[in-house]
Amino acid sequence: MIPQDLKYTEEHEWVKVLDDGVALVGITDFAQEQLGDIVFVELPEVGVSFKQHDLLGTVESVKTVSDMFTPVSGEVIEVNPILSEDNEGFAPEIINQDAYGQGWIAKIKMSDVSELENLLDAAAYKKITEEA
Amino acid sequence: MNSKTIFEKSHPGRVGTMPPPSDCPAVQACEVIPAARLRGAKPELPELTELEVMRHFVGLSQKNYSVDTQFYPLGSCTMKYNPRVNELVASLPGFTDLHPLSGCQHVQGALQLMYELQKGLAEITGMEAVTLQPSAGAHGEVTALFAIERYFKANGENRHIIIVPDSSHGTNPASAALAGFEVVTIPSSADGLVDLEALKAHLGPEVAALMLTNPNTVGLFDVHISEICRLLHEVGALVYYDGANMNALMGLARPGDMGFDMVHINLHKTFSTPHGGGGPGSGPVGAKGELVKFLPGPTVVKHENGYVLQKPEHSIGRVRMFWGNFLVMVKAWAYIRALGAEGVRNASRLAVLAANYMRVRLQEAYELPFKRVCMHEFVLSASKLKKEKGIHALDAAKALLERGFHAPTIYFPLIVEEALMIEPTETESKETMDAFVEAMLEIAEHESGETLHAAPRGLPVTRLDETQAARKPVLKQ
Amino acid sequence: MPYLPHTPDDIQAMMETVGVKDWDELFSFIPEELRLNRPLELPPALSEYDLVDYFKSLADKNAIFSNGSFLGAGAYRHFIPSIVGHITSRSEYLTAYTPYQAEASQGTLQTIFEFQSLICRLTGMDVANASVYDGGTAAADAVIMAHGQTRRSKVLVSRGVHPQIREVLATYLAGSGLKIEEVPLNPQSGETELGEIDKDTAAVLVQIPNFLGIVEDGAAISEKAHQAGALAIVEVSDPVCLAMLEAPGAYGADICCGDAQALGNPVAYGGPYVGFLACTQKLMRRIPGRLVGMSEDTEGRRGFCLTLQAREQHIRREKASSNICSNQALCALATTIYLSLLGPNGLSSAAQSSFQASQYLQRRCQEDLPGYSLALNGCTYNEFVLRCPEGKADELQQYLACEGIEAGYLLQESYPEFKDCLLLCCTELTKKAHIDELIERIKSFEEA
Repeated sequence: MIPQDLKYTEEHEWVKVLDDGVALVGITDFAQEQLGDIVFVELPEVGVSFKQHDLLGTVESVKTVSDMFTPVSGEVIEVNPILSEDNEGFAPEIINQDAYGQGWIAKIKMSDVSELENLLDAAAYKKITEEA
Repeated sequence: MNSKTIFEKSHPGRVGTMPPPSDCPAVQACEVIPAARLRGAKPELPELTELEVMRHFVGLSQKNYSVDTQFYPLGSCTMKYNPRVNELVASLPGFTDLHPLSGCQHVQGALQLMYELQKGLAEITGMEAVTLQPSAGAHGEVTALFAIERYFKANGENRHIIIVPDSSHGTNPASAALAGFEVVTIPSSADGLVDLEALKAHLGPEVAALMLTNPNTVGLFDVHISEICRLLHEVGALVYYDGANMNALMGLARPGDMGFDMVHINLHKTFSTPHGGGGPGSGPVGAKGELVKFLPGPTVVKHENGYVLQKPEHSIGRVRMFWGNFLVMVKAWAYIRALGAEGVRNASRLAVLAANYMRVRLQEAYELPFKRVCMHEFVLSASKLKKEKGIHALDAAKALLERGFHAPTIYFPLIVEEALMIEPTETESKETMDAFVEAMLEIAEHESGETLHAAPRGLPVTRLDETQAARKPVLKQ
Repeated sequence: MPYLPHTPDDIQAMMETVGVKDWDELFSFIPEELRLNRPLELPPALSEYDLVDYFKSLADKNAIFSNGSFLGAGAYRHFIPSIVGHITSRSEYLTAYTPYQAEASQGTLQTIFEFQSLICRLTGMDVANASVYDGGTAAADAVIMAHGQTRRSKVLVSRGVHPQIREVLATYLAGSGLKIEEVPLNPQSGETELGEIDKDTAAVLVQIPNFLGIVEDGAAISEKAHQAGALAIVEVSDPVCLAMLEAPGAYGADICCGDAQALGNPVAYGGPYVGFLACTQKLMRRIPGRLVGMSEDTEGRRGFCLTLQAREQHIRREKASSNICSNQALCALATTIYLSLLGPNGLSSAAQSSFQASQYLQRRCQEDLPGYSLALNGCTYNEFVLRCPEGKADELQQYLACEGIEAGYLLQESYPEFKDCLLLCCTELTKKAHIDELIERIKSFEEA
């Protein structure tokens, strides 16, 4: 259930490297399961730059809120419109339904591709979830 | 059951109660105030007759559980009986019609009452001085933390850390953050108390204070309390007493004697003033030594020719308008005056005995994470029931509602899995406690997650869709 | 012993179950040296009869102003219909806790939902919470919200904001890094003189009508704030006025805060009152405190529950939007009943009568009291500043108190620039006869 082609953090975020040095980031299926029904996502602002491990936003369920950190440094160039409350189609449950796909959170233009090397691969992340 | 809102019951043209008409010469607002600053159309308020309004709110009231109608063993909330004589004296026109900005010479009775309450609370807590200004427990916490911040600043010390145990009320860290402190959370020991080694590891010149509830949120008296206070004082830090659980100790032991420097108490818990569906409360703060000078002001001081309002020397200033939730003070003082020294001590003793009685009767069927004599409340865990029968703490709570009891506090403190926190208070009879115990035992024995899935049945509503309520909030009509 | 049900037999039986023989054993885990080995020094217990007697004697030491009161200044005497107290003293409201168990609290929950709705309708805002402590802490919450939203470091506060609210702000913000800058009032009109607003400004806070009674130009202030990217916060001390004056939401306020005491709660020597806090939809997730939402139960029936709780202290701890737990629920219920009873016509009548009485009093002061004048020429609603002959305001106030008249608020201490000035207030309870009497007494004071 943990996709092999992604990189992970210990705080349960994932990164998928797209073309042109752009990273797609989200939270893992394990994380959404722990949180339960997600009701709101506080998204980062487009155009703002973050350093690796900076606070990117929060993910809120009925009973708890979890901080979300950016796995890679760079500028946010897009956020998932489905997660934006201002949007007609606002549906945060998409993260519960498809955490690694349609439930992505932000696109980040990476400023340092080498950071990917200090992230976890699928096997290492799997180990973390088993220990938790 | 009918759940139409007051707006859906409105009929344009109906009249409820009208204020007295003016007998002053008529003037149109638009002759005096520019039209742009005037409201175009009247506000969209409901229009009903007095009887309709009465039926609406009386009907709604019947959808509530309350102390007067049900046993309400909500842990940490001290849902004791709210004596009605307190309400009577708080409704005297000499109190309710009194304007807060009337000169001191016109309000001597009110000031005397506040002065006496200040003194009484100082005696009960072992503090030197008390301010009655804070409106609630959390308000008291932040008031004390403002004072602590200002105290260290005045001493030229930069202490920016507040330590809280992981079992603490959520208001503790939230208040510390609001007062500008950094919060360090320390784990509890295996026996549910402050982990002394963890505490020592975090002590240093940057620590301003430790916030502690004693008895703590699992209902245990921290036997190391003197040592804890000594450790904090040794590094120049202070110890703050969260008085949410003071109902266990009245006349038996005092935070001031344990070494605490500041306290808050909840008049709406320990001192029997009603909770009113969430408030108003009152959270007086007590202090010792130099900290007294930093209390918010004004407080009531007795002079030769009467009582006056006066600001302490280095007062942090106001934390709210006027002098506090005065009518709540009236009720609390009436409670203390009705019981006297022996009465309040007996109240605490019986509160502790009642909790232990229920603990012993329930500790087999439910898990008791901390196996020792408790104070005025105790925490059970439904984790075994969850594993064996699929009964979560939430299910047990709903099953109790169905059986005509209010539920205990659930999922708090956070350090106990599937927590059920029970506080009977001293005003419940043994028969009531027995009936509750029987219900809890029956639930553990005969119910399962499956049978309780639809609980509570027979109440105005079944479980609500909280997820949808949070995703697409509908907060008004 | 009152309120304690346990007989000696009950105590014996419970001790046996617990396995202790006496009180000492039950409390044996409290270290010996920490036990209080003496009775508390409290006054002796009183029977119910004597208790009532004692409290009556205290209440009687407080002065009742039988010939009328002209004191407002943040606490307002309005008519309270008799059924308000009847309903709020019902057991099911009075003795219930915070509605955490929704199924057993639909009464409290629905009334909070209706309170939120009524505050929104009155203020013209999108979202209101279930109440905060009072007008002072509501203003502090509003400023903290604006800081969180804009991440800017300064707040402009009009000198027309209640001096005690400004004191509360100073206490709350002292350690926060958020600076308060005072905006002066025009000495002739009493209106806030907003200068340039820089890019560090998170919000502009004004009170309308302001503390000196002036109905400020809220639209102009909001517009100016918005041009600088700051939020406009409007404080309302006596919300009865909103039946006459434009709703803050209609002229662009981002946050409207204040105290709903005037709506169904007595002045009660300063509390309990009921702070309200309302904001635009955009700020919904920043509003602190309890919120009730409408939802459905498993059978599709309408129901009400606490919502957006994840922002609150019991879940988010040090990251919570506020530390508030207990609020002023029962006072909010009084306001809900009050507004439901008066309706649009009743509330408008109260506002119109308050305004009218104040206008009559102003006219009488100008026409019949030589040496007395209105200190400001800005337009007013129900409060205004009366300038007395030099050095006389204090003495006049005392003289009138002896005549059974509570003669307003002496401005000098909070506003040294208004020496010799009294802030006078009228409501619908101020009769023409009260005003005529006041004028006559001031005349006789002058003659004495």
